[in-house]
Amino acid sequence: MIWIIGIGGSLGAAARFIAGNFISKRTQKAFPFPIGTWVINITGSFLLGLFTQFYISNDIGEWLLLFGGAGFCGGFTTFSTFGYETITLIQSNKIKLAIIYVLSSIIVGFISAMIGFYI
Amino acid sequence: MFEINILLVMIGGFFGAICRFALGEWIHTNNGFPFGTFIINLIGCFILGWFLTYVSQNKKIRPEFTLIIGTGFISSFTTFSTFSVETLNLFQNGLILTAILYVLASTVLGIVLAYAGHNLAIARKREVM
Repeated sequence: MIWIIGIGGSLGAAARFIAGNFISKRTQKAFPFPIGTWVINITGSFLLGLFTQFYISNDIGEWLLLFGGAGFCGGFTTFSTFGYETITLIQSNKIKLAIIYVLSSIIVGFISAMIGFYI
Repeated sequence: MFEINILLVMIGGFFGAICRFALGEWIHTNNGFPFGTFIINLIGCFILGWFLTYVSQNKKIRPEFTLIIGTGFISSFTTFSTFSVETLNLFQNGLILTAILYVLASTVLGIVLAYAGHNLAIARKREVM
């Protein structure tokens, strides 16, 4: 069972790496903001809300919840990079941007988990 | 080269997810408060804050190391999606105050610990010099 989570996590981390590179390459100039992690955390919250709902309504078994939820979504999204990016913003004196980054990540992340759950 | 980088991130991500799950199973949730994810995210914030600062000060460290440990292991160890869904679950169970406490404590302490890790790496560097 633990292997399923590991494989899900490695795929999630790869998806985060690829998506993060793709997004930041294209938007670096437009956003002074860690938009890559932002989009990843919001999308992952939506996906996990969806997986949780599927599991509760018996559409998927436990192994798929572990693979897709604990594995993929858990490895795809990241709290530590979110924290590090916030202190980087604070240190470059972009306090307002740091506050916007933190609040919007939490609020939009919560709303997208809710949309995933109730969709 | 990009393919090798992906592979390194995947190796780190594999072990990060497994460690998160194992530690999460081990730490028990108390009164609905999701202590597992809470502690995992805080530990990860501290270690990543320390690690990335340490790496940025030591030019000898290969970038592959940052990919496997930072982008792979620590980032996959911590999770934002579980944090969001657990907050939603607390709201659904009517534990509004616990939900607010969970969000505030995770964010504030996460940022403080990332900062502490960062400062620790800087302080150690000064000591060595």
